Amino acid sequence: MSRSVSGGPTSTTFSRALGLATLIGLIWFVAFGLFFSPDDEVQGKGVRILYIHVPTAWLAYLAFLVTAAASAAYMWKRTRSLTWDRIAGASAEVGVLFMGITLLTGSLWGRLSWGTYWVWDSRVTTTTFLFITYVGYLAVRNLGGSHHQRAKRSAIIALLAVLEIPLVHFSVTWWRPLHQGESVASGKLSGLMLFSFFVGMIVFTMLYVWLVLHRQRMLAMEDALDDRGLEDALAARRSEAIDAGATR
Amino acid sequence: MAAKDLRIELRSRIVLNQVVPFALVVLVMFGFALDDDAVLSRVAPGLIWLATMFSLLIVVQRAFAVETADGALDALQVAGVRPSGIFLGKTAALVVQLIVLQIVAVALAVLLYQPASGSTGERLRLDLPGLALLAVTLLAATCGLAFVGTIYGGLAAGATGRETLLPLLLLPVAAPVLIGATRATQASLHVGGTSMREGWAWVALLVTFATVFGIGGSLAFGSLMDDQ
Repeated sequence: MSRSVSGGPTSTTFSRALGLATLIGLIWFVAFGLFFSPDDEVQGKGVRILYIHVPTAWLAYLAFLVTAAASAAYMWKRTRSLTWDRIAGASAEVGVLFMGITLLTGSLWGRLSWGTYWVWDSRVTTTTFLFITYVGYLAVRNLGGSHHQRAKRSAIIALLAVLEIPLVHFSVTWWRPLHQGESVASGKLSGLMLFSFFVGMIVFTMLYVWLVLHRQRMLAMEDALDDRGLEDALAARRSEAIDAGATR
Repeated sequence: MAAKDLRIELRSRIVLNQVVPFALVVLVMFGFALDDDAVLSRVAPGLIWLATMFSLLIVVQRAFAVETADGALDALQVAGVRPSGIFLGKTAALVVQLIVLQIVAVALAVLLYQPASGSTGERLRLDLPGLALLAVTLLAATCGLAFVGTIYGGLAAGATGRETLLPLLLLPVAAPVLIGATRATQASLHVGGTSMREGWAWVALLVTFATVFGIGGSLAFGSLMDDQ
């Protein structure tokens, strides 16, 4: 906190090392995803989209889970701290970004293998609702008011989303039962493909942690800037009043 | 609380004079846009619920405009009304207003979206079992909508840009109600190939939805209100 208020960089030795490792991992991942792994028997080169699609989807779900957990931590009186709120916010931002990538890559992949950009499949529909829900969550974060006001409002929205998601998922599944089984679990993938997926999962998780760390620190700085802006404005008014008194 | 809101409504008649006609206009607009008897009767249940959702947004905004106008929400809390009491009261008032609106909407849809006798479209029929299902559906779905409407309306009340924020928050959450109520209404009006048994199963979903958000809202509303 003292570091952020002093206006230093958002990086620490740990996050620098993590960032470097993530960068190297990404290069490694690109090499595996695009060059070393073989084409799929059925999907051909199209399968390479899934190396991004699956890890971003998994990360987005993880990110929303972290948002919910951090919101619960904020709402619980004994652990109430704005740090939890900022973690929730940072995680949701990264989650929305990743889920956007998931939807984009998913629809491109769908065009290749189903012949259409969009199907009203239950999983696609639920994912879209999740995306919209967290876009709404981010909008609530920007409503203004004091920091604790923002934190409390958005924590409640995040916790309500936890109630909402199973209901949406359940109703949509019932509405349009469809499928697309999980090919990773069924073991149809060759060794090198599975390894590429694995690399993707790890690298994207590292990227997520790195992004959330930095974003969280940036949010802390923004909050500190807000507080300081208010203090400065008060001080300025006060000195004006004193000046006015002196000239009289 | 509910009585107070209903009394305000009785005196101002905003819902009666503006929101019900709005729902009517929406239903007529659907007719223009879809422009086909057979299609209209097939999708009538969905259109009824879409019109309800749009009207819900307006009614919720109205319900909280009444409260925030003179800081009435703060006054209520100072007066010692429990937040869960405010929540349930506002919901009850919304339920009554929405039910009235829906009865009008269903009646209009049955009138307007009936295919002409020579057309291939399915006829919208109302028999006794259908009517029972329809009544329970209206009640369950409306309770669910009113609960989430009150939660998100209360959240957005007093915030700048609430008119635009409310639909973004409310519509995704209310999606299960739209799906469930549409299916159940299909069953009760005998269109779209949904059986009565499926219709009742969808009602179970609607009841679950209302229960979950009823409890969740009662718990969360206090924190939403004391907003310091």
